[in-house]
Amino acid sequence: MSLPAPKLQPVLSTGPSAPAEVVALPRGRGPAVSSRLWRTLRGVAAQILPPLAVLALILGFWQLIDADGTGVPAPLTIWRDSHDLILHPFFDHGGTDKGLFWHVATSLSRVGLGFSLAAIVGIGLGVLIGASKWAHRGLDPIFQVLRTVPPLAWLPISLAGFHQAQPSALFVIFITSIWPVIINTAVGVRNIPDDYTNVSRVLRLSPLEHFWKVLLPATTPYIFTGLRIGIGMSWLAIIASEMLLGGVGVGFFIWDQYNSSRISDIVVALVWVGLVGFALDRAVALVGRLVSRGTALG
Amino acid sequence: MSKAFLSIEHVGVSFTRGANTAEVLRDINLQVDEGEFVSIIGHSGCGKSTLLNVVAGLVPVTTGAVILDRMAVEEPGPERAVVFQNHSLLPWLSVYENVALAVNKVFRGKKTRAERHDWVMHNLALVQMTHAAQKRPSEISGGMKQRVGIARGLAMEPKVLLLDEPFGALDALTRAHLQDSVMEIHGKLKNTVLMITHDVDEAALLSDRVVMMTNGPAAGIGEVLDVKLARPRRRMELATDVEYMRARAAILEFLYARRAPALEAA
Repeated sequence: MSLPAPKLQPVLSTGPSAPAEVVALPRGRGPAVSSRLWRTLRGVAAQILPPLAVLALILGFWQLIDADGTGVPAPLTIWRDSHDLILHPFFDHGGTDKGLFWHVATSLSRVGLGFSLAAIVGIGLGVLIGASKWAHRGLDPIFQVLRTVPPLAWLPISLAGFHQAQPSALFVIFITSIWPVIINTAVGVRNIPDDYTNVSRVLRLSPLEHFWKVLLPATTPYIFTGLRIGIGMSWLAIIASEMLLGGVGVGFFIWDQYNSSRISDIVVALVWVGLVGFALDRAVALVGRLVSRGTALG
Repeated sequence: MSKAFLSIEHVGVSFTRGANTAEVLRDINLQVDEGEFVSIIGHSGCGKSTLLNVVAGLVPVTTGAVILDRMAVEEPGPERAVVFQNHSLLPWLSVYENVALAVNKVFRGKKTRAERHDWVMHNLALVQMTHAAQKRPSEISGGMKQRVGIARGLAMEPKVLLLDEPFGALDALTRAHLQDSVMEIHGKLKNTVLMITHDVDEAALLSDRVVMMTNGPAAGIGEVLDVKLARPRRRMELATDVEYMRARAAILEFLYARRAPALEAA
């Protein structure tokens, strides 16, 4: 706060000549471009080098203990067996004989569809049980029980219901990832500060205006927490259910290679699964940060 | 029925939770004239915020009624704008958007888009915040947030402006600065203001009348003090003014000599 008038009577001068000043946050204005670039590079290196070093250590150790005899191939053996698979992810010989990229893409499209449905329905249900005491009393205990059912346990019942692999897989993803979305959204709605609700009441916002202008923005950080947990779980579910359902998909690919005793290919597929899962998590987190920018209490 | 602009008549409020009933306010009667600046002062927990929320319509009365401009208050509404203690700006909206949210809601269909924009800027100018219109609440100081809260309240053109300890969370210098701003705006717009405070100097400086509340439970109005000071009032001159000192002394006497809170409550 800057008080413009001098000496003894600063608080008196409040005319338009004495506006409250906005203190701009200091913006990093580095000395020279080259040194800034150097600092950025050093920062990136500090992030990337440690995990690379640990990875090299693990691979080296794995190679040294000569795991080949145990049935799990060592890194160099994997390279020898599977370098085609690693270097050519885009080949497509028809049927299920495709590069890993296509398997992953198929799995991802299933996750995309099932998870989108789960997000829409989950946010809707979450708002409902967050906003209505009776919906909460009626639905919450049921949800609390259902959410503990493991993903794969839903598969037989969904196969019995849908008779087909594709909708069954989608249903398993849906039912796995919806619970964290519902629960986090509901918590977010219940935690909306009274202040915001009071503002909305004083302004007499209609229920729809309240939903779009107050409830949804205030709940966004919670919703994205739920979505982030949900997408992780749906990635777990799709791999497992594809193993049972067959067809194209990285889960089926892993199972298929196991049946052909191509363990090296499985290791390559696992790396893909891990990297894609990581990317999904980061993507949702990033979207969440962009969307809920500024919703933190100020 | 009373002819006062704002009339609080035999208001009592009780909260019931299960089998327990807590009586917070009992038989409150207060008449406020148009353009009057009335402060409500009392020890914390005496129910003064509840009283303000009753006038706002945020808390329903158990007995009695609040009548504003010949209409009974039954629900919250923009003609009784509230400036909350902790500013209550929506953090995902900019300063401008926070005020515009209120303006667009209240004046939709009554003002054109351009007029509404001008009205937002006019009210930001009143509190000297035009320069930060595009900032988010998290980027401005506490005093500035409170200014924006006041601008949002004023922009609704309320019949009565309700201030709930508006300066409570601010440091002393910022508070003094803002009190002067509020006095200046009140002098210009002549709005009716009901303000909750626990600051004796603030009550004496700003108010035409100071309503002193007894301690809860079942709090009521203990005494009403007229502050007969000419406006505009200037802080430095008042420091030695006899009437000001008399008002201060009367409030202090009420709060600390006669209505000192019980030890366990302090």
